[in-house]
Amino acid sequence: MSDLQDASGGVLSARRIDVSFSGHRVLSQVDLTVGAHEFVGLIGANGAGKTTLLRVLLGVLKPSSGLVHRPPRGGLRGGIGYLPQKVSLDPDAPLRAWDVVALGIDGGRLGLPVRNRRFHERVDEILDAVGASAFAMQRLGDLSGGQQQRVLLAHALVSDPALLLLDEPLANLDPASARDVVELLDRLRRRTPLSIVMTAHDMNLLLPVLDRIVYLAGGRAVTGTPDEVVREDVLTQLYGRSIRVLRVEGRIIVLADEGGRLPNEEHPVATSGERS
Amino acid sequence: MSADGASLADFFASPTVQGALVVGSVVAVVTGIIGIFTVMRRQSFAGHALADLGAVGGSGAFLVGLSQLWGFVGAGILAALLMEAIGIRRLQGRDIATGVVFGFGMGLTALFLFWDTTIDNTSNAAVSVLFGSLFVLDPNLIPTVIVLGIVALVLLGTVYRWLLIESVDHDLAVARGVPVRVAGIVFLIALALAVELSSLTIGAILSTALLIGPASTALQITRRFGLAVALSATLGTAVTWAGCFISYESHYWAGPRGNWPVSFCIVALTFLLYLGTRIAVALRHTIRPSTGLPAAPPGLESTAGGGS
Repeated sequence: MSDLQDASGGVLSARRIDVSFSGHRVLSQVDLTVGAHEFVGLIGANGAGKTTLLRVLLGVLKPSSGLVHRPPRGGLRGGIGYLPQKVSLDPDAPLRAWDVVALGIDGGRLGLPVRNRRFHERVDEILDAVGASAFAMQRLGDLSGGQQQRVLLAHALVSDPALLLLDEPLANLDPASARDVVELLDRLRRRTPLSIVMTAHDMNLLLPVLDRIVYLAGGRAVTGTPDEVVREDVLTQLYGRSIRVLRVEGRIIVLADEGGRLPNEEHPVATSGERS
Repeated sequence: MSADGASLADFFASPTVQGALVVGSVVAVVTGIIGIFTVMRRQSFAGHALADLGAVGGSGAFLVGLSQLWGFVGAGILAALLMEAIGIRRLQGRDIATGVVFGFGMGLTALFLFWDTTIDNTSNAAVSVLFGSLFVLDPNLIPTVIVLGIVALVLLGTVYRWLLIESVDHDLAVARGVPVRVAGIVFLIALALAVELSSLTIGAILSTALLIGPASTALQITRRFGLAVALSATLGTAVTWAGCFISYESHYWAGPRGNWPVSFCIVALTFLLYLGTRIAVALRHTIRPSTGLPAAPPGLESTAGGGS
């Protein structure tokens, strides 16, 4: 993957991002660069600021300070594909999964849609690729969380974006489906000019494919390859408390080194494994 | 039955009725289509607000000798721009402040309507602003109504896909490059036109019935977007025609208590249609429960079978 090093500046870069909500610092001096074909994971516990960072990268949230450079948006190809954790669609809204994916191609255009056969084929093809063909004609509001996530992934992918920003795309999927989705994404970014930034509270499924991890805790971040970041000394410094990194049967578990039960509220550590 | 047939012919022969049917149909189609988007965007409150504030213009127009149509439309568009400037999400979140402001709008309307009665013979102002003027509309206004209806639909058609994607999710629309604020303003202006045209026909107080009623009925019936839009426009037109007919006929049926206001007939039919659809949908679910229900455990089934 020598082209990763060649990609100077990268597809996306963020410099010294600060975000505060009513005086409360959510992100502090976060840096991130994403090169062509790169797969980057934003890892951290719930509330660590993953979604906030992703929304800053997307451009819907203005950081208190810092700079973001995004890929230019233009024509059918390129631009950013985004998958929110959850959509705000009214459950009764008469939009089928197919309609939502179609809007991923032409939702930004003016006027009434004129959709030719090629258009229909493209939508069907991408629905098939994410395993959503079976419920393409059902209303989005009638689908389960996992099914909705597949449809939204198809929506994000259908316009051939240069960059995908995915917010917890695996959260509602069973382990086998989650593995399928990770494999699909990995295949796409290797074959096409696509870079991926994705949040996850469980990094284990992603570790084999991630080029880089941005590990978030308490609003701060450390960035590097998984081997550089997921280490006891690095994470201990990030959290400001003693952290243990356990490797159990090929899985990585990050724990606060206090033994026994972990206090829920102040325990900002991403764990993995038995979370459903 | 022959008497009914004759009166049906009379009904369609009357120039007043013909004008009312044309205007009523245009308004019903426009409000029916825009109503679907209003329900999907959860902005029916904005429809009410625009009706209340439009009434200030409608009643004020009499004072300066303008047609109430221009009063409604002018005030409605101003109100839409104002709501956008304040921030529609903020308005929606603050029920009390919003209620007080719009209540004040109706207060102003009351004052203007009172002043209207002091100017020569405009004692009908109150009825026609609050309850509509479908049967007493100046025929010269018909082309204007049609043009305004077309303008509303063109505005809606222009930002159609922006509105749809934003109804899925705000951030998703932004990611696709949709200027959501522009989409919001354009929609509010189209909504204002629809509500004010509806105010002209069935009155400021009842206008949102035609906006929300057929749309929410259609959304009960179909899950397909295009069909819902077509159905909403059709149902709106149907209740308008039926309402006109019943109002016209009530003169013969109901004797001294006849001449039911056409706005009452339209709104009552809209309500009955919605209620009937809800009941029908609920019954269908009860009689034919979805296949998703868990089957009874085999043990229980055999016990029940043995007992009977």
